[in-house]
Amino acid sequence: MAVALRVRGLEKRYGRTQALAGVDLEVQEGELFGLLGPNGAGKSTLVKIACGLVRPTRGDAEICGARAGSPPARRALGYLAELFRFPGWASADEVLRLHQRLAGSAGGATERDELLELVGLAHARDVRVEAMSKGMQQRLGIAQALVGFPPLLLLDEPTSALDPAGRRTVRGLLEDLRGRGIAVLLNSHLLSEIELVCDRVAILRDGAVVAAGAPDALARPRGVEIETDDGVVRLDGGREEAARAVAELVAAGRRVYRVEVRRSTLEEVYLEAVGE
Amino acid sequence: MNVLVIATYGLREALRRRVFAVVLVLTAAFLFLYWLGTHYLFRHLEGVEPPAGIDARTLVGATVLGLGMFATLFLGVVLAIFLTLGVVRGDAERGLLQPLVVRPVGRTTLLAARLLGGSAVCVSYVAVVYAAAIAITDTNGHWLPHRIVLPGVELAVAVLVIATISLLGSVFLTTTANGIAVFMVFGAGLVAGLLGQIGRALNSHTLERIATITAWAAPFEALYEDALHGITADTSGFTRIALSLGPFGGARVGGPYLGLWTAAFLFICGSVAALAFMRNDL
Repeated sequence: MAVALRVRGLEKRYGRTQALAGVDLEVQEGELFGLLGPNGAGKSTLVKIACGLVRPTRGDAEICGARAGSPPARRALGYLAELFRFPGWASADEVLRLHQRLAGSAGGATERDELLELVGLAHARDVRVEAMSKGMQQRLGIAQALVGFPPLLLLDEPTSALDPAGRRTVRGLLEDLRGRGIAVLLNSHLLSEIELVCDRVAILRDGAVVAAGAPDALARPRGVEIETDDGVVRLDGGREEAARAVAELVAAGRRVYRVEVRRSTLEEVYLEAVGE
Repeated sequence: MNVLVIATYGLREALRRRVFAVVLVLTAAFLFLYWLGTHYLFRHLEGVEPPAGIDARTLVGATVLGLGMFATLFLGVVLAIFLTLGVVRGDAERGLLQPLVVRPVGRTTLLAARLLGGSAVCVSYVAVVYAAAIAITDTNGHWLPHRIVLPGVELAVAVLVIATISLLGSVFLTTTANGIAVFMVFGAGLVAGLLGQIGRALNSHTLERIATITAWAAPFEALYEDALHGITADTSGFTRIALSLGPFGGARVGGPYLGLWTAAFLFICGSVAALAFMRNDL
């Protein structure tokens, strides 16, 4: 499988502040990769280096084999910034047309219609940006990032201004993109979103990766809870301990109503990793 | 290709922004007042007997058109500053720049295109207002400047110089700080022009030298003075002595090096802006 984003030994200093302290990570083609971490952990800096907006102090980043910031790398990515704005005088269609021209997309009106449909803005084709709600602008931002359907999408907090319905639309969109083989690096504070859609996550703290892997693999057993006619029994361990305990309770004449093997949520893993 | 796309974007942005509408209203007001002023001025002139050797029509026509040229320069500068003062840092802080910069467009291309778009609006604007002022002067006073095209071109280039300074400032300064800084640079140029007039009246070579150096440092003032010279280039005798065009800088010959220095100035400002922008973290 091809690598959409490769980051090696990436460091960035802003004066005395170390924003990134040697980050290594890879995002594979068609993979949804979540980037987590508290404010100031270096997530946005990493994404900006990958886009070519910020120059690294040390290390390198590659987009589909091309150095980040180079024209081939820029052609291979779509980006939605955390804080972005489109000119208020332009309509949704005009914004997408401008980005089609700059990205060299030959998709024309068909692509623009498809993108607006994908983000649920088919009705707002001729609506000016200044007349759109924040959520609509964020959807337009995602559509803009998707112009030309690049192999890598870098989304910095793409659902921060969306209501629950909007978030669901974006979740569905991300799964659709995975089906198209588009890799997505998703930078978000919404752990539940990340847990629901991402294949792998990395947790950053003080500019370094402190945990990485599939959300399931990061989660650890948190014991077993068994509800019986004699009350609730709690044990340490996982599935094996649960089976043995149930067998012993039944053998002892207890009635078992419910068995739950508890695992840590991504939120618990995250809080543990960032030391909060 | 991308230059044209972004220049067109800048052009459309300029035309759709409120500042453009405000400038249009101010321009309409200025041209109306200019028409009114020249109408009564030349009508009053018909009843005046000028001193011997003075061509009253040239004296009045050149003086009033000189004032019109200053107003044209001022309005063009206001437009140029407002169209370019936030092109880099201002747009980056508002989040308008990043979606464009990540596209496969070089930063130099982006900067050049934004300057091209802004300049197209300002230069066209100056050309139209200057032409309108000449037409009004001719209609009301039957007087045409001795040179028409070159002074207009110089006024337009003077505005282009300000637009370039503003673009350069936008790489380093926030929108407000850049606006203040560029207006102060413009003000410094005007004061230099005034200083030169005072120096000439007092016959102070030191003042004149300071004024000349300042007017050439950012050559919009020197261009304006040369443009003023152009409208009465062929005047001689007492009329020439009586003429005192302005305000903020009388008619002065720029000489053959003015064009070269202006081109070099624009190139230096553009290059510094491009180099700094390429190194900027956004």
